Amino acid sequence: MIEISHLTKSYGPLLAVNDISFTVKPGEVLGFLGPNGAGKSTTMKMITGFLTPTSGSVRVCGYDVESQPILAKACMGYLPEGAPSYGEMTVRAFLNFIADIRGLKGDARKRRLDDVIERLQLATVLEQAIETLSKGFKRRVGLAQALLHDPQVLILDEPTDGLDPNQKHQVRTLISEMSKDKIIVISTHILEEVDAVCNRAIIIAGGRLLADDTPQNLARRSPTGRLDEVFREITTGQPVAPQKVAANA
Amino acid sequence: MHNVVTIFRREFASYFATPLAFVFIVIFLVLAGLFAFYIGGFYERGQADLAPFFAYHPWLYLFLIPAISMRLWAEERKSGTIELLMTLPVTLWQAVLGKYLAAWAFAGVALALTFPMWITVNYLGDPDNGTILAAYIGSFLTAGGFLAIGVCISAATRNQVIAFIFTVAICFAFLLAGFALVLSLFEGWAPQPIIDAIASLSFLTHFNSISKGVIDLRDLLYFATVIAAWLVANAIVLELKKAD
Repeated sequence: MIEISHLTKSYGPLLAVNDISFTVKPGEVLGFLGPNGAGKSTTMKMITGFLTPTSGSVRVCGYDVESQPILAKACMGYLPEGAPSYGEMTVRAFLNFIADIRGLKGDARKRRLDDVIERLQLATVLEQAIETLSKGFKRRVGLAQALLHDPQVLILDEPTDGLDPNQKHQVRTLISEMSKDKIIVISTHILEEVDAVCNRAIIIAGGRLLADDTPQNLARRSPTGRLDEVFREITTGQPVAPQKVAANA
Repeated sequence: MHNVVTIFRREFASYFATPLAFVFIVIFLVLAGLFAFYIGGFYERGQADLAPFFAYHPWLYLFLIPAISMRLWAEERKSGTIELLMTLPVTLWQAVLGKYLAAWAFAGVALALTFPMWITVNYLGDPDNGTILAAYIGSFLTAGGFLAIGVCISAATRNQVIAFIFTVAICFAFLLAGFALVLSLFEGWAPQPIIDAIASLSFLTHFNSISKGVIDLRDLLYFATVIAAWLVANAIVLELKKAD
């Protein structure tokens, strides 16, 4: 469970996240949608305990992120925006470091390492320094790091950014495969991704939660049934006339 | 403790994954040798001791230690790995200690590699090895003090050059706190007890007294306090600024 209540983050007079509350249950894949600067990443940084909220609270797996950060962090896997990792390390050394920190030992450790290396197809680059890898591989190393301890809760900030269409498809398949008993929150501004993997979508803009529904129900709000039009209508606050397709185009 | 060791190992290995370790160690050894032989007059003195070798260590550290410390947090911040590290199940203190101890151990490796000096002086004469050991401890503690200042400054900025310059400036002030250059800034307006307190903060005074061969508890306590104070400041700066 992720329980977020009245979460607010302000930077001086600027309200980056303004009184957001929602709950996510196991089995849900929540798509976090919003224009750039809407507060998606800020919210994720507060869920994962990197940022301290100005007010409000976050509970993950029953642990309050502010007062029991270690227990809460232990049950989460997090892919930060841009998939940062230690560039000078090899993929193998980096994954071993994460396994050490996550307290994985013995057989379980070997099984988990083999599993993420296979799922994210990292076997060919294990001995390479991460900084020499392509953007797609770096992103997959970041995902491997987040999945390594088989966490109950996965927070993925733009997991498919920078991947080519085939890799995007692979990552979406991976997310769908894992979604049965886990809680997965992904942020994205690719709307087709929400259709493809999420069974719930939250739209935020200007730090406020503006919509919370299934992607199908959201799409139905538009006469054309297109999610991108609903998205524009909600986030800009103006009704969007259905696009007319020029006859001779 | 387990997490401190894990972070320490990762950090320590990262020095040797780049040319940084090699460049630092070579420059340190060459400069330490040059100072001892040419400026310190190691041979000309005709004495079997390492005083002219150790006398220049604080000055070498003044520029070389900030070069190690400047990247410690500034780089984590710039590459975004600080977000990864701080969302792993480790406490702020484990991260601060692991990184600091790795940097200090690395400085210790560079210092230990000056052992040919010790062999040379033992070959040439009959030095007081107790004094030499004390001087090594004093040198190591001085490096630790500078590093503690450096990691704290490094946590305050994402720009490594700024971290370097600020660290050199603050280390310089600490080094010379007991000298007229620094004290004259305070004389005339600050009361005498404050001036005395500032004078007692000097790295050089404490380093010199240890390197004479006398390991006084007060000198050890001084270095322990300086290091602890700057590490606490480091943790506070990180807590306040980790997301900037």
